[in-house]
Amino acid sequence: MPKYAFFLGCVMPLRYAGIESSTRAIMKELGVELVDVDEFSCCPAPGIMRSLHSTTWLAVAAHNLVAAQERGLDIMVVCNGCFGSLDEASHVLNHDEAKRTEVNKILAKAGSKEYKGKTRVRHFAEVLHNEVGLPAIKSKVKKPLDLDVAVHYGCHFLKPSAVRALDNPETPRILDELVEATGARSVEYRHKQMCCGAGGGVRANTPDVALKMTAEKLNYLDEVKVDLVLDVCPFCHLQYDRGQKDLARPKQYPVVHLSQFYGMAFGIDRKLLGFEMHDTKVNL
Amino acid sequence: MPEIVYRPDNAFPNEIVSRGGSTLLRCFQCGTCTGSCPSGRQTAFRIRKLIRWAQLGIDEKVLPSEELWMCTTCYTCQERCPRGVEITDIVMTMRNIAVERGYMQKAHARIGAQLAKTGHLLPFKEEQVKVREDLGLRGIPPTILSNKNTLGCVLKIMEETGFKVLVNQGGK
Repeated sequence: MPKYAFFLGCVMPLRYAGIESSTRAIMKELGVELVDVDEFSCCPAPGIMRSLHSTTWLAVAAHNLVAAQERGLDIMVVCNGCFGSLDEASHVLNHDEAKRTEVNKILAKAGSKEYKGKTRVRHFAEVLHNEVGLPAIKSKVKKPLDLDVAVHYGCHFLKPSAVRALDNPETPRILDELVEATGARSVEYRHKQMCCGAGGGVRANTPDVALKMTAEKLNYLDEVKVDLVLDVCPFCHLQYDRGQKDLARPKQYPVVHLSQFYGMAFGIDRKLLGFEMHDTKVNL
Repeated sequence: MPEIVYRPDNAFPNEIVSRGGSTLLRCFQCGTCTGSCPSGRQTAFRIRKLIRWAQLGIDEKVLPSEELWMCTTCYTCQERCPRGVEITDIVMTMRNIAVERGYMQKAHARIGAQLAKTGHLLPFKEEQVKVREDLGLRGIPPTILSNKNTLGCVLKIMEETGFKVLVNQGGK
């Protein structure tokens, strides 16, 4: 049975707890064991923290990598931002001994254990695709979903591709295949790989700029027929969910995280999917 | 209007290179980056120009600019760059230098201060407990929010690196 240290991050447990309960439910169904680690903090957010002070970013990320290391586990994230931080930080620290030594000095002063440079970081969608596999997923589908889906990959799931090496960042298939395993259809649309607009501290600093990008992407969805936007990142999720409310556009698309989507397909109690806390109504 | 003359200077590009951004020097200004930039389609942000200013060492144009903070770090430019310039990583390096020189944005200082205080970027609200419990989750998330000992360690990291002092100075 695959087993991971379950990294919660900030947006999911504190704003969209339904994504957390959905993830726990579907992983249980699929035989993936998730271990809670109450030493985990913020990843910390790559756009803001790495932009402000890269040494702090790396040291706090290292603290999280150590917490998993001490349990002999790899980390599983459900957020592209957490993936961006932790996968990037592990890439730096696992390969650059000088950086690791520098960061370990900071950790020692703070009373944290030494990072040995071995922890791996996995994105849950990649775990589903590459560890669990599509046949096992299909075998759990109780309610095939007759839906047209606009997949939003988000940026830090696949990029920088030199570090991630998961799929082609321009024409990926991984999420489309995961969506189609439920019987749903993944619809092609213009600028499918475009950013939601929220990352890099843009949502915090210039929310109007972030919203303009979201609006542009939503306009591309209007050109095709889709029932929902599917994401694999609570921060993209928040940008679409709250963004559509802020934009007050006539056409609103339900925003569904892949864990919630699988929850629907696996017949998990709908109350546990947490759609009530969405700003944009999920009427599917 | 008098013309402002900028003198090319190596200090700024050398600083970027010393922090790991040596690919900056490879840029030949083709503009693939700006043509790929989702932020540039909505704003006056031109990543090609920013990189040119950086190459020429015109840090007085780069560091105080609003545009430096309009990159969402989506990596599209970096992926498509025919010269392999690590553009997004260089943007983040330039932001680090900007912050050191007093150009941190107010909103970022506020969020950074939240992290330096609680170990999470977002505040935990009391009403979340019931929402979480109704979903069958632990009311207080099983992170350092429920582990005061380790929280101290994370906060100490941010003191050791000088981050706490930095964000508590506030932004411009």
